[in-house]
Amino acid sequence: MQRQTNQKAWFLVLPVFLLVAFSAIIPLMTVVNYSVQDSFGNNEFYWVGSEWFVEILNSERFHSALGRQLLFSGLVLAIEVPLGIFIALRMPKKGWAASACLVLMALPLLIPWNVVGTIWQIFAREDIGLLGHTLAALGVDYNYTQGPLAAWVTVIVMDVWHWTSLVVLLCYAGLSSIPDAFYQAARIDGASRWAVFRYIQLPKMKRVLLIAVLLRFMDSFMIYTEPFVVTGGGPGNATTFLSIDLVKMAIGQFDLGPAAAFSLVYFLIVLLVSWVFYTVVTAQDAEAKK
Amino acid sequence: MIWHMIKNIRFTPIFYIIFLMLPIYWLLTMSLKTNAEILGGFSLWPANPTLANFKTILTDASWYSGYINSTIYVVLNTVISLAVALPAAYAFSRYRFLGDKHLFFWLLSNRMAPPAVFVLPFFQLYSSIGLFDTHIAVALAHTLFNVPLAVWILEGFMSGVPKEIDETAQIDGYSFSAFFTRIFMPLIGSGIGVAAFFCFMFSWVELLIARTLTSVDAKPIAAVMTRTVSASGLDWGVLAAAGILTIVPGAIVIWFVRNHIAKGFALGRV
Repeated sequence: MQRQTNQKAWFLVLPVFLLVAFSAIIPLMTVVNYSVQDSFGNNEFYWVGSEWFVEILNSERFHSALGRQLLFSGLVLAIEVPLGIFIALRMPKKGWAASACLVLMALPLLIPWNVVGTIWQIFAREDIGLLGHTLAALGVDYNYTQGPLAAWVTVIVMDVWHWTSLVVLLCYAGLSSIPDAFYQAARIDGASRWAVFRYIQLPKMKRVLLIAVLLRFMDSFMIYTEPFVVTGGGPGNATTFLSIDLVKMAIGQFDLGPAAAFSLVYFLIVLLVSWVFYTVVTAQDAEAKK
Repeated sequence: MIWHMIKNIRFTPIFYIIFLMLPIYWLLTMSLKTNAEILGGFSLWPANPTLANFKTILTDASWYSGYINSTIYVVLNTVISLAVALPAAYAFSRYRFLGDKHLFFWLLSNRMAPPAVFVLPFFQLYSSIGLFDTHIAVALAHTLFNVPLAVWILEGFMSGVPKEIDETAQIDGYSFSAFFTRIFMPLIGSGIGVAAFFCFMFSWVELLIARTLTSVDAKPIAAVMTRTVSASGLDWGVLAAAGILTIVPGAIVIWFVRNHIAKGFALGRV
């Protein structure tokens, strides 16, 4: 759509600007403020420059939390995106069955995150949980409070359970925008199942898939509540991801300076990756409008 | 055999839905059991289904007030987010203005901010202006990620409405506000519904910020639940019942937007 230049449009965005400025810029300035100062209590602060940033960027603790976080986000994306596409391709196209699938699949997305944690905490318990009990009966050594591997498996399966539906719904939306004529043409040409996927369905899903990857990357990178409820970051530090570590540092130990520097580095990583995705998405949008 | 079934078109969604429903089913059965039955032995369904756990929650003010508090700030948040996002989304979809692209990405960048980063500064900000432990504080704090999302969704839906409609209304002598509320908003009704759904959803499921900004008067149900886990510990039946009750509002809301949900998740851009 051709948009006309009109500077008065600023009046329409002013409320949003003021509201978000209040709830984003003021807190962010507080963080920046802490990140360059040290305190001995009594509200006395003095300037330390980039000391906290150097400390965080060189700390073993930050590196290992970042490593776990990258591994977690990578695994989650590698499982959820192909699985989501696979399921979306096999969804009923219309009628009550399609509605029922959509409603049931969307359900995990609307469960409060700590309840998701509680559900899996109970479900995976050896004594009272269906999954844990079944695995124990099969002779599998599975205890997510003690074994790091079991804890990781639990957290990953929980995230797949929680968020794969988002990918499914996005892909389903992309697929339902394909006119039937495309499929008929493919059938007349004798195209294989793979060719239909590769040359008709995948290109149509490209934009929504980018949004899906963007949203899943952002949210998995910021994950806090669900693993915190299930494993508390343990056993040891095995499932301590960036947010869990940050909250521990800021609220638990009250190390304001390092926590603030941590926050900014963390935010910048998310922002950088998301910016790359966003640029790709908008470039796609612009191309589609041509 | 199994591979054959997976290849069959109908079975994949069914397997997936079974995988999704099993943990929820397990929570439901536990909510219908007594604690003695939960810890006494393993059974796939309750031997003597009881509603005692639900009764505990619905009659104890420290439990049910959690639901009321959550509902109040979620509704407040949805209203505030939509009220400011509607005009802004219109501006982004119809006009070019100084810094529009930068402003749009800056808004979105707030959706990308890890809530953990904002926990401490929010606590200090809302304490210093005397709003700590109020519903409005949580509602305002949640606008951080809901307003950008609402703007993005609404902008997607508004861009699908042809501009000729705006021009025709202007020629017919409608003022901007009359045009916007009487003609334009009904046209993007499903978009507004979807945006409201998303604001509801992300405010309802969030715990970290809501818990940090409240102590007693505005304590959300999610926080009430975590307290019970740590303190009295093992009242599994009541915990499960509380969990089931937090799923109900979401299920109702999904039912209303089921026909728009797929498009909504694609942020109106399909």
